[in-house]
Amino acid sequence: MTRWTPDPTFYPSPSAAASAPAEELAYVAAFDRSAQQPDAIAVIDTAPDSGTYGKVVGWTSLPHTGDELHHFGWNACSSALCPTAPHPHVERRYLIVPGLRSSRLYVLDTKDDPRAPKLVKEIPASELAAKADYSRPHTIHCGPDGIYISALGAGSGDGGPGGIAVLDHTTFDVRGQWEADRGDQVLAYDFWWHLTRDVLVSSEWGTPSMIENGIDPALLLGRQYGHRVHFWDLAKRTLVQTVDLGDQYQMTLELRPAHDPTKEYGFLGVVISVEDLSASVWVWHRSSGEFAVTKIIDIPAEPAAAADLPPALQPFEAVPPLVTDIDLSVDDKYLYVSCWGTGELKRYDVTDPFHPVEAGSIHLGGIVRRTAHPSFPDEPLAGGPQMVEVSRDGKRVYVTNSLYGSWDDQFYPDGVGAWLAKIDNDDFTLDPRFFPHGDEFRGLRVHQTRLQGGDASSDSYCFP
Amino acid sequence: MTWAALIALGAFHGLNPAMGWLFAVARGMQERSRRVLLLSLPPIAGGHLASVAIVAAVVSATASVVAANVVGIVGGAILVVFGLWRLLSERHFRWAGMRLSHPQLAAWSFLMSSAHGAGLMLLPVLTTAAVAGHHHMGAAQPSVAAFGGLAAAGVHTLAMFAVMGACALLVYEFVGVNVLRRAWFNMDKVWAGVMVGAGALTIALTA
Repeated sequence: MTRWTPDPTFYPSPSAAASAPAEELAYVAAFDRSAQQPDAIAVIDTAPDSGTYGKVVGWTSLPHTGDELHHFGWNACSSALCPTAPHPHVERRYLIVPGLRSSRLYVLDTKDDPRAPKLVKEIPASELAAKADYSRPHTIHCGPDGIYISALGAGSGDGGPGGIAVLDHTTFDVRGQWEADRGDQVLAYDFWWHLTRDVLVSSEWGTPSMIENGIDPALLLGRQYGHRVHFWDLAKRTLVQTVDLGDQYQMTLELRPAHDPTKEYGFLGVVISVEDLSASVWVWHRSSGEFAVTKIIDIPAEPAAAADLPPALQPFEAVPPLVTDIDLSVDDKYLYVSCWGTGELKRYDVTDPFHPVEAGSIHLGGIVRRTAHPSFPDEPLAGGPQMVEVSRDGKRVYVTNSLYGSWDDQFYPDGVGAWLAKIDNDDFTLDPRFFPHGDEFRGLRVHQTRLQGGDASSDSYCFP
Repeated sequence: MTWAALIALGAFHGLNPAMGWLFAVARGMQERSRRVLLLSLPPIAGGHLASVAIVAAVVSATASVVAANVVGIVGGAILVVFGLWRLLSERHFRWAGMRLSHPQLAAWSFLMSSAHGAGLMLLPVLTTAAVAGHHHMGAAQPSVAAFGGLAAAGVHTLAMFAVMGACALLVYEFVGVNVLRRAWFNMDKVWAGVMVGAGALTIALTA
């Protein structure tokens, strides 16, 4: 049922959203790499004065095995206030949860008991394939006219093209393929938009056959993974412009547009350069009508002894930083950059997006370093800061440590473990009281975090 | 009485953020320009006028060949059904683009008004006026029917335009969009309820 007044978690502008109350719960996607146990959405208590602060307080197991939960998102968000098709009286209550490996989509209802999300709908892979001709669903964004989901693969087989499917806002039925004209776009990964500019931006990883059995060194050195960014007309659903970063820049992943709707720039993370194993962050911006994409941050690889490296990296005698996720605070001030290989979370002040200033660094895990959490100094950590989520007020940052099942196994062959750390942004330090890890996640690995009420990567705004 | 009803319904439509004033505010804020806001209002009103005028024209045309009370009863029934559908359905208007030219903005407003049945809501006024016209042919007092459906749509839209403009300027200049979080009462539910009521009233007045 619809509400009489707008959902209180919807904000017309990013500045209003920054005044939102602190989240009391976090939802985390957890998956079993061995596909023996069902994957789950874990619920973590984030209220500092609660007796169970930093503990797993809820656990919703899914009915199948082998889904590989990864990213997920809300049914509705602040874009419901956008004026062309406003519907702010719907509720933000359903989590749309894709299985990246199974191509199944789950809908979980968080309303009745936010600590025990309830499964209310299951969309089989066959429906996504039949209606949208896609598989391997990935990123979820709540759009003005429906729920948008990116997908890495075509409906049948393990190839492309990947793209975007749209789900109905209320029934969650697959409405169909989003693209009216995709041009030569084949690879897909992330997407987001500048709603008030009618621009959708999409990035490239690889097709299912290129990623599901692990990173393929031949494809990587052959520069076959994605290295382009696509700019689309959001209203006409057509490809307008493609920018190629150069094929040495392999895997253009996370896209973080400015939240301020009068701005038309955003940040893009690139996993690795095959020339020197460095990672990079780029900014896209409009310049005399056309989009341009400019490199603003280079993070070099770190030399390492071959004996300390997993087999795949031994010939290089270096650890690549592997920037696998980035996140932008709601006020567009700070960009957080995950270096999953070197085990570091970097914070940059991007008030001037073309001239980022490094403003903090935290080490946790890492292929060589294995930095422990200060509260558990005797437990060297595997994995590194990977998925980053920032609270709406920008005061708290959450990081989990798994990248993607088969890739975890290559870079952390002795086991990646499972941990969720929290960073207080004021002094950019780890919260000693918050570190659910290990057995608390029941043998599952953890990927994306979503915060109750919304977070820095869940909502889009139509008013400055 | 009928004029007052037309104006009141115009004000009601103008007040609804979904009918256009919020879009005008967004366009103004996007360009940081009050002028952009003001220039957005006429196309929105124009689209609304077209949507309402079509219903008015159909009522007038039908009323001249069919007994007026039949028009009223059928129209009222349509209104009740449409209102109930709006009340029970949770589907919302779908539209993805925001950068619209003025003709596109008018088209958006036309579709938005039509999808919400803005013109249908005037049925009680239009049909009772048609009945009055039949009954008092040549009477001295001017009725809505004497001016035709188009005039009724025009008066209605003027009222809508005035209220929409006032809301847009008030929010843009003084109040700020954050007021929406508390003050945006679920117009769709009220709207649908008004439709069902208006349909029943039409049937009652014309039968």
